[in-house]
Amino acid sequence: MNFTENQIERYSRHIILQEVGPEGQKKINNAKVLVAGVGGLGSPVALYLAAAGVGTIGLADNDVVDMTNLQRQVIHFTSDLDKHKVESAADKISALNPDVEIRMHKGFLNPENIAGIISGYDFIIDGTDNFPSKFLINDACVLNGKAFSHGGILRFEGQTMTYTPGNTCYRCVFGYAPPKNAVPSCSQAGVLGSIAGMLGTIQATEAIKYIIGKGRLLTNRMLTFNAFNMNFGEVNLSANSDCPVCGSNPVITKLEMDEQPVCDLKQ
Amino acid sequence: MRLIINGKEQVIDSGNMTIQEILKICDVKSPDLVSVQLNRKFIKREDYTTTVAGENDEIDFLYFMGGGGLIE
Ligand SMILES: [Zn+2]
Repeated sequence: MNFTENQIERYSRHIILQEVGPEGQKKINNAKVLVAGVGGLGSPVALYLAAAGVGTIGLADNDVVDMTNLQRQVIHFTSDLDKHKVESAADKISALNPDVEIRMHKGFLNPENIAGIISGYDFIIDGTDNFPSKFLINDACVLNGKAFSHGGILRFEGQTMTYTPGNTCYRCVFGYAPPKNAVPSCSQAGVLGSIAGMLGTIQATEAIKYIIGKGRLLTNRMLTFNAFNMNFGEVNLSANSDCPVCGSNPVITKLEMDEQPVCDLKQ
Repeated sequence: MRLIINGKEQVIDSGNMTIQEILKICDVKSPDLVSVQLNRKFIKREDYTTTVAGENDEIDFLYFMGGGGLIE
């Protein structure tokens, strides 16, 4: 399977796992994963995928590192303030594992560019924090037959599910983006930094399982947790025949950003 | 009646109730922001007032949760 001696040593703890083995590790080394959003979730995902030796990691973000990010976005350091997040993350990944080829996608994912970007990857990580982007990633993956991991965190809580073609998608569950400001963002409501690590490492694990084709993915179920009480739950899901993008009469057949009607919840 | 709400058994001192009523007694503040499954079938938000749940039905609430990166 022509690993170098260094690689045999580096990946030895994977290779001795019966479920991974040299074949699985080879699959990981040949895999291409896009990390969409290199923030709270994307940071741990990118670090663990790089450590695992994922052959190609794509980094998509449009932001620079801000002081408020450092409490949870662990791939970015104090010395990276004002640096583009994609570059900051790329530096850490190549320092951690020079085997990894990094592709940088600086800018917003939008309906015009997303299909072209995801076509180069086997698996997509949704690490974005806004609903229009989450629904755009979902639709692009559903319409192009790509697998992805959804992740959401807020305060002390997280939720994640994995989509593979033919199974329950994010829109099956949530329909359309909620009104603007109806659901508080982490910048409005706060988030415990370590929650991002809890959820991001689950997303990275799903990506690896998908790549090696082993284990039971979070398809057709949503894993949720409340870390304040440290309760984990799981909701079984069924694909929704009324789903706007994957249902029996889809109304979404081309990519668009979800409009978020403005509403004021101050009541 | 006995309901299974998010996997946990709950006994409610009432007969059949609509999804809207169940959301209310479960103290869900913004029913517009929660997705509901009744016996693993998603209920349209406009049907919360007319869809009725009864003995031993399974109900799941799923909340919108963003978070993650910062592409705001
Ligand atoms: Zn769907």
